Amino acid sequence: MALTTTDPLDAALVKADFPLLARTVHGKPIVYLDSAATSQKPTVVLDAMQHYYETINANVHRGVYAIAEEATNALEAARGTTRRFVNARSDAEIVFTKNATEALNLVVQSWGRTNLSEGDVVVLSHMEHHANIVPWQMLQAEKGIEIRWIPLDPEGRLDLTDLDRLLDGAKVLAVTAMSNVLGTFNPVRRLTDAARTAGAISVIDGCQSVPHSATDVQELGADFLAFSAHKLCGPTGIGVLYGREELLDAMPPFLGGGEMIRDVTLDGFTTNDLPWKFEAGTPPIAEAIGLGAAIDYLSSLGMDRVRAHEKAITTYAFDTLTDRFGDDLRIHGPQNADERGGVLSFAFKDLHPHDISQVLDQHAVCVRAGHHCAKPLMKILGVGATARASVYVYNDTSDIDALADALDATGDFFAF
Amino acid sequence: MPGLEDLYREIILDHYRNPRNRGELESPPATRTEGFNPLCGDEIVVYLDLDDAGVVQDIRIGGQGCSISQSSASMMSAAVKGKTVDEVHDLTRAFKAMMSIHENALEGSDATDAATGETDGIPDVKLGDLEALRGVVKFPVRIKCATLAWNTLAQGLEEASTEA
Repeated sequence: MALTTTDPLDAALVKADFPLLARTVHGKPIVYLDSAATSQKPTVVLDAMQHYYETINANVHRGVYAIAEEATNALEAARGTTRRFVNARSDAEIVFTKNATEALNLVVQSWGRTNLSEGDVVVLSHMEHHANIVPWQMLQAEKGIEIRWIPLDPEGRLDLTDLDRLLDGAKVLAVTAMSNVLGTFNPVRRLTDAARTAGAISVIDGCQSVPHSATDVQELGADFLAFSAHKLCGPTGIGVLYGREELLDAMPPFLGGGEMIRDVTLDGFTTNDLPWKFEAGTPPIAEAIGLGAAIDYLSSLGMDRVRAHEKAITTYAFDTLTDRFGDDLRIHGPQNADERGGVLSFAFKDLHPHDISQVLDQHAVCVRAGHHCAKPLMKILGVGATARASVYVYNDTSDIDALADALDATGDFFAF
Repeated sequence: MPGLEDLYREIILDHYRNPRNRGELESPPATRTEGFNPLCGDEIVVYLDLDDAGVVQDIRIGGQGCSISQSSASMMSAAVKGKTVDEVHDLTRAFKAMMSIHENALEGSDATDAATGETDGIPDVKLGDLEALRGVVKFPVRIKCATLAWNTLAQGLEEASTEA
């Protein structure tokens, strides 16, 4: 029977697509719950990259010979796949970068340095990843721009009460679509509308949202959107910057070198067309092909089903952990799975996240412990660090049960 | 495979549950030094009161962190109280050597010969309770937890001697 897009995912089938998930750790089957840091990779992605190196490895865009053309076609096909995945208007709007952090730095260094000067206002939020804070602070140190902050409400949502006042006179609104700590989905369309009304551009950090739900940049109204491949079943070493063509067109290049030029003389240079203007040097070719394969893989599952699956697992995790640990375990962020993704930062008894994750590791349960590159948010939550379990398309309820069992053992181990 | 009991020895858990010398000292006259572990966000504050003869009259530990960083700080505070600055330096070097950190290794003056296990220039100091932290070496990620307090103390000693 053919699957329709409304059938739920068969997690066991999906899991079988990921070779790493077949391994054991300390003699136990691995329970991978750190996909917010990086996702595992399905065989189809690994095969696509291997196939590139084995059959069409050549540098792109310049060679006249057959395999150079095939490599170029494969790279540009991956760009097209990426464009369709986020519904950008043209391939010119899809820039490949080293990672999402570089994509955000590109916006700050190119658009920001050109268009912002002393006293200009950039609005960020308290739940941003360091990658959407520090580049702006670097510009602040250089140019004297002003940074304003959208605060959070007690449940870990953006508190938009004063949004209009914060955006008054602002030139940039840069926020995450989904918190990598709290799991909160932010109302991106409302935010980009408010930014446009205020005359500001919008920069959206899509690292956590794009791998887990359908993304349409036109519907979101975003001027820029950054995300990485390695969190969406693709390889490390490649990120994506979507930018509205009109903005990218007017921006100066970010890095200089080969590929990004049209002509170079002893007196200067002229730049290449979009998107290559922003892709200096040999691009991550195998990685782009891997990204394309990852997007094809996720698209074959259907992003709406991916989201539905993760929502079900998240609900199961809330129910299971609350049922088994009551007040001993507190999950940060919105308590309703409708408002959040599958990123579960939690406090357990009064145990330190490092100690929790150390014991969980003995049970082959992989969770992250630390500040998750969101130190300002840690300060607001009043903690130094959190333990964070995050789910993806290959996780199922047995992974949550394993987490709960391992937490039980952790509580016993440190029982005072 | 190293087990949890290699890492979390009973004496470590005891110092974690009942940290010694926890609190603050008025600063000045005491020095106040903050140390951060950027990997996990742990922070430790060392308050240090040195007398004119360079003896640790009092020490207090603030901040928050995991059981390893907190117990290491607690044991350290108990171990250095009443010791001279030179003795504290020796203790620090001996502790770090146990953590496989040889600060002068590049000059070859303070290196452990991996083949023979012989040490050169590591002070012959009794580590006492601190020996319990030896198992941390088997968990390389946690070495930074164990050394956070010691690095902060070293910085505090430097500040105290600059002021003196």
